[in-house]
Order: sequence, then C-alpha cells, then structure tokens
Amino acid sequence: MQKITREQLLAKASELLSNGTVSCVLGWGLGEFDYDVTPTIFKSVEELENGFVFNDFCGANFSKYLVNKTAKLEGKILVFLKPCDTYSFNQLLTEHRFDREKVYAVGIPCEGMADIAKVKAISGDGIAAIGSNGDKLTVTTLYDDEAIVIDTNEVLAERCINCKSKKHVAYDELMGEEGDVTQSNRFDEVARLEAMTPDERFAFWQNELSRCIRCNACRDACPACTCEKCVFDNPSSGVENKSPANSFEEKLFHIIRAYHVAGRCTDCGECSRVCPQNIPLHLLNRKFIKDMNEFYGEYQAGAEVGSRAPLVSYTTEDLEPGEVFNRGENNA
Amino acid sequence: MQVNEYKPLIVAFCCNWCSYAGADLAGNNRLAYPADVKIIRVPCSCRVNPMFILRAFQRGADGVIICGCHPGDCHYTSGNYFTRRRMAALFSMLDFLGIEKERTRVEWVSAAEGAKFAATMNDFVQTVTALGENKRLEDLRCKK
Repeated sequence: MQKITREQLLAKASELLSNGTVSCVLGWGLGEFDYDVTPTIFKSVEELENGFVFNDFCGANFSKYLVNKTAKLEGKILVFLKPCDTYSFNQLLTEHRFDREKVYAVGIPCEGMADIAKVKAISGDGIAAIGSNGDKLTVTTLYDDEAIVIDTNEVLAERCINCKSKKHVAYDELMGEEGDVTQSNRFDEVARLEAMTPDERFAFWQNELSRCIRCNACRDACPACTCEKCVFDNPSSGVENKSPANSFEEKLFHIIRAYHVAGRCTDCGECSRVCPQNIPLHLLNRKFIKDMNEFYGEYQAGAEVGSRAPLVSYTTEDLEPGEVFNRGENNA
Repeated sequence: MQVNEYKPLIVAFCCNWCSYAGADLAGNNRLAYPADVKIIRVPCSCRVNPMFILRAFQRGADGVIICGCHPGDCHYTSGNYFTRRRMAALFSMLDFLGIEKERTRVEWVSAAEGAKFAATMNDFVQTVTALGENKRLEDLRCKK
C-alpha cells in the first residue's frame, strides 16, 4: 500500500499544469489491465483525469524517458520520481543526457511495488481487476467468484524487498516524507552464487539464461543504456540476432549488456522487472557493483551528480586481475 | 604415437610498445614457446575492448591472454591502469558465470623480458591444455 494516493498526485500535477510551471506531465497511464501501467505523456488536466493512475504496479522508472522527451517536447516536463528512480536521474545528468532545466522533478515516497508474476503465481491467470485495500490487494479473476485477497508484502518485487534507499537524491519538490538510505541485503544472493562451485554456477546461469528470447526489453528499459547507436543493433557485431541462435548467444548478450552498464548501473532493477521470462538479470549487475565496491571502494552510481565511475578512473595501487580470484581465500 | 593430440588455440593480445617487443626478444634469443599462441598486436593493452575477448572465445579460442607494459610504464601514461580495472571486472564476471577462470589472464611483460614472455606463454598453454577445449563459451555456428 502506497502512502501517497492517486488523488494527491493528480492534484499536484493539475496544479502545476494549470499555473504554467510545466507544459506536460510524464506519469503512469492506464494500460490494458490494472497491472500493466504504461508510462504516458499527459498534456492537459482532462487527459490526466481520464488516464492517470497510481497503484502498486507503478514500477516504471521514468528517468530514461526524459532523454527522449526533453529533446522532443517544448517546455518543462513534470516527472514523478520514486527514490530509486532519482539515482538513475542523477546518473543521466552526470552523463549529460538531458537538460535539467527542462524537467520539474517531484519526488514521491514509495513503499515498494508489487511483482505481477508473484501475484499471478497466487491468483492464477485471467486477472480481470486488481483493487487495493489497505495492505491487501484484491484480485478478481475470470475463474473465481470471489475476489482473492493477497497481502502486498507477499508479492513485493525482489528489488523492493532489498530496497537500497528510500531517500531521494534529486528533486525540485518533495511530496510526503523523506526516507533514509536503508541497510539492504541485496548482495546476499550474489554471495550465495559466488560460494558455489564453477560447475554449479554454470548450471544455474545456463538454466536462467537459456530462457532468454532476445526481446531486448532489458536493454530498452535500462536507464543506463541510452546510447543512440547500440552494438545489439549493429549487424556486423555478431550479436545482433533477434532470437538466440544457441547457448553462446544468450550468455554473450547478457555479459555484454551487464558490462556496458558496469559502474554506471544504479541497481534500479528495471531489467528484471521488464523481463518477460523472469530472468534475474539484476544479479549480473549486482555482481559488478559488489565487485567494484570490494575492489575499488564503495561507490553508488547516481548518489551525486558528477561522480566518477570506477571503470573510468584508476589508482596506481589497484588489484591485479589475477588477484581477484584469490581474494576469497585471503579473506578467509 | 598419439594421433589426435589436443592443441589449444590461444589468443594473445600484446601491446606494441612492451609485450610485442618482448615476444620479439624471445624470438631473437631463440627461446621456445608453443606455436598455439596467436599474437595480435594492439597499440596499447587498453585498446582491448572486452568484446574482443568474448569474440575470441566465440571464434574458437580456448584461452585469451592480454600482455601489456608494467603498471607505470605505459607508453600512453595510463592505458594499462584502465586495462587492469576493466579486466578485473570482466574476468570476475566470467568466473561468476561459471567459465573457468584459468582461461583468461593478464600479464605485464616489458620489452626486456623475452624470457618472461616465453615462460608465461609456456605456462598458460600448459594450463589451458589441461583444461581442454572451451565448451562453455563456444559458438556452434563458428565451428567448421
């Protein structure tokens, strides 16, 4: 259950739109179903009243949309940012990807978003409507007469269970209360995999990555992937196929994708959220974050504008590549 | 006599200023190293895009080694410091995915270290031969 309601956000958006502070609103729009909320541009109060939604499925991170929208649209854009979105916002500013002057950012509190895959695992398919009632979700399906009641905590998205921060690092205006950086256990799963033998790890990833259908959704949704020309669209790169040809292709794609955002990934978890095959892609990104924290000191991408990512900087005392494998034994 | 003795394919990226000259010195001094090592000359070890390494594995390499100037001796001042960070991250990731960590290596070989070059290559080829063929990153389409 979110602490802030649709009505509050709607009032704020309408007010800013009416008094001319902004010329349009980037917000969550009504989708086909209650759970597939779609990022939408609203240009008038009427459009907002008809189409604006805010519920437990508003996971979309709007930061990336700003790159395209600020370049195309006239005037200021109002954007709603959850705490984790503000890190991506800062990271894109660091990389000079959009004009800060053209954005009016409103920070909103977030209590964690629901994962529709987890909801479906409980309710089954055929969801007709999802309502919210306190800490419960009421799911109506085509096949059941009575609505199924689910505790929101049971269906929290993985990234929200391990929420790294409830603190906004960038905003023009804040609604609700400011939170704190939280102590999360987000690296536990990575550590669990690291403790396995290479054969077990290979089997684990073979199992996960072989489900990949190369839809490129992880790339398209990732706020760190904003190159205008992408290696995955280049026919001469050898990795541009739109369906995985064999097991090599899947692995290669995911190594490259994760490596391209290494050091710049804010761990917003969009890659895993949009994956239609529910591959835990964020684990690859977290592995890079965990490694770099261990090798080169704690670094949180997007925590401040203008910070230097670990891979574009160096010290003369860095670890040798061969030493990274021994560190576990040294620590023990 | 063994008929089908396994010969690994090793790709060595050597920086033009140190390691390539080091390989040359090894040759001048008649120091033997296996012919399985295919040397690719690059202007600087930091020219090696991580994609090159993955590409080498895709095309059938069994091991990839990157050789550059010793840290602090880079012809371009700081290239190898970047290589060091990049490769540490990449190798750790490959290990995380379960690809044998012995198949990748970074060594610093100066132009005066012909003996080190030969010794490094001998050791690396031995290690990779023991591991056998690269199965985990192979691309069936690239097999002849």
